[in-house]
Amino acid sequence: MTGPFAAGLERLTRQAGVRGALLVEREDGLVVAEALMEGLDGAAFAALAASLWSRLARAGEAAGRGAPAFAQLEAEQGTMLAVPAGAELLLVAVAEPDSNLGLARLELIRAAGELA
Amino acid sequence: MRALEPWVEPPLARFLAESAARMVLLTTTAGQVVAQHGFTRAVDLMSAAALGAAIVASTDELGRLTGTGPYRAVAHQGPGAGLHLAAFDLPHARWIGLATFGRETSLGVVQVFFERMVGELRAASPWEAPPRAVLAADFERELGGSLQALFGR
Repeated sequence: MTGPFAAGLERLTRQAGVRGALLVEREDGLVVAEALMEGLDGAAFAALAASLWSRLARAGEAAGRGAPAFAQLEAEQGTMLAVPAGAELLLVAVAEPDSNLGLARLELIRAAGELA
Repeated sequence: MRALEPWVEPPLARFLAESAARMVLLTTTAGQVVAQHGFTRAVDLMSAAALGAAIVASTDELGRLTGTGPYRAVAHQGPGAGLHLAAFDLPHARWIGLATFGRETSLGVVQVFFERMVGELRAASPWEAPPRAVLAADFERELGGSLQALFGR
C-alpha cells in the first residue's frame, strides 16, 4: 500500500489483534485508504462505520452530550473501533474478537491526531 | 414497490429495507422498466428510465474513448440527497439500477447493499440465456403492459 496515509494505517495493523485499518469519508461512508487483511470487505466496514458514527452523533446531540470522540462496536466476529480524523474523516480499526485492544485504541487515537 | 417479474421483488425489498434508499428503478439497458419503488407518475418513471439508460450508455462510451472505462457506477451527491446509478450483468441481460437516497443513509451504505442485491438477483434469476429479441411490433404492447403492472392500473 502507498499514499499519504499508508504509514499510519500500517502502523495500526501491526497492533496485536488488529486485522485492518481504514480511513473513511464520514458523510458518504466511502473508503479513502485501507490496509486490510484478506477476507475483510473494506466497503462494508466503511459504510458501517460512517452509518454508526452519524447515528451516534445525532444521539449524542439529542442527549446533550455533544459529538462522540470514540466508538467501539463489539460483535460476534470481531470488534470495530472508530475515531474522528479531522472534520471529514474517520479512522477505523477492525480487530479480532476478544482481543486486548488497549494498545490498539491508543495507537488509533494517536494516528487520528496526526491525520487531523 | 412494483416489479414485472416476481423473482425480482425479494432482493429489491431487502435492498430498500437495508439501504434506506428513497426511490429505486431497475431497467434494461434499453430503458425498459423492470421494477420500481417510489415513483408515483408514469411520465417521471419513463423519463428516469430513459435518462438512466442514456447516462450509462454515454459514460460507457466516454470510458471507451478515454481508455478509462468501463465504469462500475455513477454517483451524484447533493447537499440533501444523492443518486447511485450502476449497470450490472444478469445471466440473461444487462440491467441498470438507479437509487436515490437522503441524509438518513449514505452512498457507502447504498453501494454495499446495491452490490448485495445484484448478487441476489443473479442467484434468483430463472433465466440461463438471453431471451428472444423484442420485435418492434410487440414493443408498444409490452410497454403498455409493463406500465399497467408497475402502477397497478
